[in-house]
Amino acid sequence: MAKTDKSLSTLTYEQAFQELLSIVETMENRQQSLDEAMQLFERGQALSQHCASLLEKADLRITELTGRSSKTEKEE
Amino acid sequence: MQQPSLFNSRSLTVSQVSRYLRELMDSDEILRDLWVQGEISNLSRPSSGHVYFTLKDASSALKCVIWKPVALRLPLLLQSGMSVELHGAVSVYERDGQYQLYVDAVRLSGEGALYQEFMRLKARLETEGLFDPARKRPIPERPQRIGVVTSPTGAALQDVLNTLRRRYPLAEVLLSSAAVQGEEAPAALVKALSRLNPSAVEVILLVRGGGSLEDLWAFNDERVVRAVADSQIPVVTGIGHETDFTLSDFAADLRAPTPTAAAELCTPDQAELREQLSTLRSRLAYIMQSAASGAQIDLQELRHHLENLSPLWMVRGDRQRLDETILRLENAVQNGQLTRRAGVQGLGDRLTALNPFAVLKRGYTLVTNEQGALVVSVDQVQEKQHLHIRFSDGSVKSQVTEVTGGKQDGKNG
Repeated sequence: MAKTDKSLSTLTYEQAFQELLSIVETMENRQQSLDEAMQLFERGQALSQHCASLLEKADLRITELTGRSSKTEKEE
Repeated sequence: MQQPSLFNSRSLTVSQVSRYLRELMDSDEILRDLWVQGEISNLSRPSSGHVYFTLKDASSALKCVIWKPVALRLPLLLQSGMSVELHGAVSVYERDGQYQLYVDAVRLSGEGALYQEFMRLKARLETEGLFDPARKRPIPERPQRIGVVTSPTGAALQDVLNTLRRRYPLAEVLLSSAAVQGEEAPAALVKALSRLNPSAVEVILLVRGGGSLEDLWAFNDERVVRAVADSQIPVVTGIGHETDFTLSDFAADLRAPTPTAAAELCTPDQAELREQLSTLRSRLAYIMQSAASGAQIDLQELRHHLENLSPLWMVRGDRQRLDETILRLENAVQNGQLTRRAGVQGLGDRLTALNPFAVLKRGYTLVTNEQGALVVSVDQVQEKQHLHIRFSDGSVKSQVTEVTGGKQDGKNG
């Protein structure tokens, strides 16, 4: 169930947030064994830290489509 | 010999004059690119497809030509009597020595006319269902990629980018730039929209800063409105100011009052994100805590249960049962004695009550014959017979002198 930390770093904010949300909901809706709960909890903590650090480091990326794509369209 | 001329002795042909005039006009900056307003008259449409008419005002007239390719693309149907503004170049029609306007764009003159045209197009597109609320798609709340269609140099782009940086820097912006006013704007906007369709963006912001009605006119262009409606990706418009409504706004999935508002409407605020995240964190911590304490409670319960099952309890139980039994035994013994004692007393009383000698105390006597048998009837007695009479305090020996009553007496007497 729990994924490795390596896959965690490749998750987008939204992916990590959704997984965190589903972990919380799973834990809230269904009784876990203590071992299971601890595993989910650790994964959830890692996800929330990942989300927080993505928010901290976020910097709006801007790509301009105009130049090349408009030329290729003119050529058509 | 001819008379000498005052002018240059060399004469020009008619054609040469016409051509000269045409070249003169064609090189004139003003005549090459101008708007002329007036009223259409004498309009004719020969089968060639070209359109000819005269544009006039109160005191003057100007011949006009619209070539077929231009005529086909006109947004409205020209009729005599229409007030219009024509764009094009004035040049010479050499055959007739006639100067005329070669028209390449037409618009109804005045804002009133613009508004009329706006209303006409709006009604038409509405009938087609382009503005149907059922067509409107939900705007993603957290798009990862946002397409922006606007002028690369406009204030609207800066407004959008600043808003996105402040609220949702996680996003990636794909800028598809286009002219947002002027003749080329509609085609450029259509192209810019098509560059983003289809693509990885989840929402498109079509924005432009404030301006006059004419400045915003490109967004009322039927081609642009259709491109907005046809977009496979939801479109949010933020065109001009709050009070400005364009047909693109009606066709969009969501209309925002300004470019900034458009950027706000399709993104969460990062403060909101942080709050959501911290809420989730505390929910997670709470569940973990209650899971742990739940496990502890379970453990205690089990321990308790186990203690209850301990063999020690069985020994204790047995001991208690033993104590109880002893107690019961003791009670039983005690009760038994009491009962027996009470029984003996009762029996004694009953025995006393049955003692025939007790009756003698009340004045009765017992009579027995010489053999000791009880005499209860006169029939058992004969004269001269000896009888014992027993009193409570002693007895006497007696002899019968007379017998009365009984069966003998009845037979004899």
